[in-house]
Amino acid sequence: MSERVVDARGSFCPGPLMELISNMKMMSVGDTLELLSTDAGSAADVPEWIKKVGHEMLDTEQDGEGTWHIRVRKAK
Amino acid sequence: MRILVIGGGMGGTIFANLLARRIQHEMKTGKARITMLSASHEHVYQPGWLYVAMGRATPDELVREQESLLEPGIEFHVDPVEEFHLAENHVKCKSGKVHEYDLIVISTGSRPLPEKIPGLKENSINCYTADDAVNFFKQLSDFKGGRIVVTVGLPHKCPMIPLELTFAMHDFIKDRGLLDKTEFYYTYPIGRVHSLENVAKWATPEFDRMGIKYETLFNMKEVDGKNAEVLSEEGGAVKYDLLVAVPPHKGQEVIEKNGLGENGWIPTNRASLHMEGEHGKNVIILGDTTNLPISKAGSTAHFEAETAAENVAAVIKIGRPVRSYDGKVFCFIEAGKDRATYAMFDYQNPPQPKAPTGAVHAFKMAYNKLYWASARGLL
Repeated sequence: MSERVVDARGSFCPGPLMELISNMKMMSVGDTLELLSTDAGSAADVPEWIKKVGHEMLDTEQDGEGTWHIRVRKAK
Repeated sequence: MRILVIGGGMGGTIFANLLARRIQHEMKTGKARITMLSASHEHVYQPGWLYVAMGRATPDELVREQESLLEPGIEFHVDPVEEFHLAENHVKCKSGKVHEYDLIVISTGSRPLPEKIPGLKENSINCYTADDAVNFFKQLSDFKGGRIVVTVGLPHKCPMIPLELTFAMHDFIKDRGLLDKTEFYYTYPIGRVHSLENVAKWATPEFDRMGIKYETLFNMKEVDGKNAEVLSEEGGAVKYDLLVAVPPHKGQEVIEKNGLGENGWIPTNRASLHMEGEHGKNVIILGDTTNLPISKAGSTAHFEAETAAENVAAVIKIGRPVRSYDGKVFCFIEAGKDRATYAMFDYQNPPQPKAPTGAVHAFKMAYNKLYWASARGLL
């Protein structure tokens, strides 16, 4: 099992969710990923996609500098 | 200083030309030397494949001899690199020749891999190579009506192409009087019709007005050619008569084989454009080859190359770089019916696309010809 960090701060295109999807394709089942995003929309659209595909949300938090840290696990 | 540029695409070519003009004196006096290694003697204007797919250009219009685009004094060899020895500051080419360097710039680009999705390559059309673009035109010309489905893989080169292809095909079908027999069905990986929120806000009502149907949160998993159906990771299934693909991409195989970056994307510092890691101090990465979370597009390579050339020239002349890459990207968006708009953004500022106009389309058509001046670093 490995954990990767995807720094998508300041990414408008392709954007944090597309970066997350691209990276999850490179991961093995059980691996985890932490997405760094400055787009407030990520806190909603990442969980929506994770739920729809059937992966696992671990946690979501925003740090003092406004960056969202979203952790997910590849489940299938 | 021996500067070695790997890749004769947009990033490598603009970098080499801009730098050569800035360090003319140093090159003439033997204090600096630029060598470029490429896998091909040709330079291709890849955004032009869209026009080939629509029968508005032919492949030969989009190709020039690479050597003809380079500033005098730049040494050019068609000899692809097979081994990168970054700790020892040299590369080994297919011919067996070894090139040593003081600074290396890696700009090897990306490649479409429709074969990554089961069934996609044999059951879809795309416009990422000359042959594929010509085949696209032939299949679209032979289309007699039915359902055209657009499916999008990740990551992919040219973020505007899903929209541009859809608008262009709509024109093509309409002009042939087949609109009443044709249904357009556009799919996209995230929860809106484009990654850029403001572009999606503009494109969605355009789709509605044109009668183009769309499904979001659709990441293709496989194509069932027997039943003419594309299946998504989210559990969706869409029937097609003609499947138009934006295939997933990877970086070049040589990057992966040399362990420089997963899937061929090299970890890169977003400001300095240097490779991350212990050997990155004299390694600059440009264009699609980076792993940066920004568009894989020619304009990205262009603006990165400008920054890198300025910095390398400054290091040679005054001993330190002068600026950081700010994430600037500029993409035209062909919107159909000879109208276009554009999206310009950077790490800090999202794009604010305007309504499409004929003037922007005319400028895009002019840019398609002016590109060769851009590759020379003149524009």
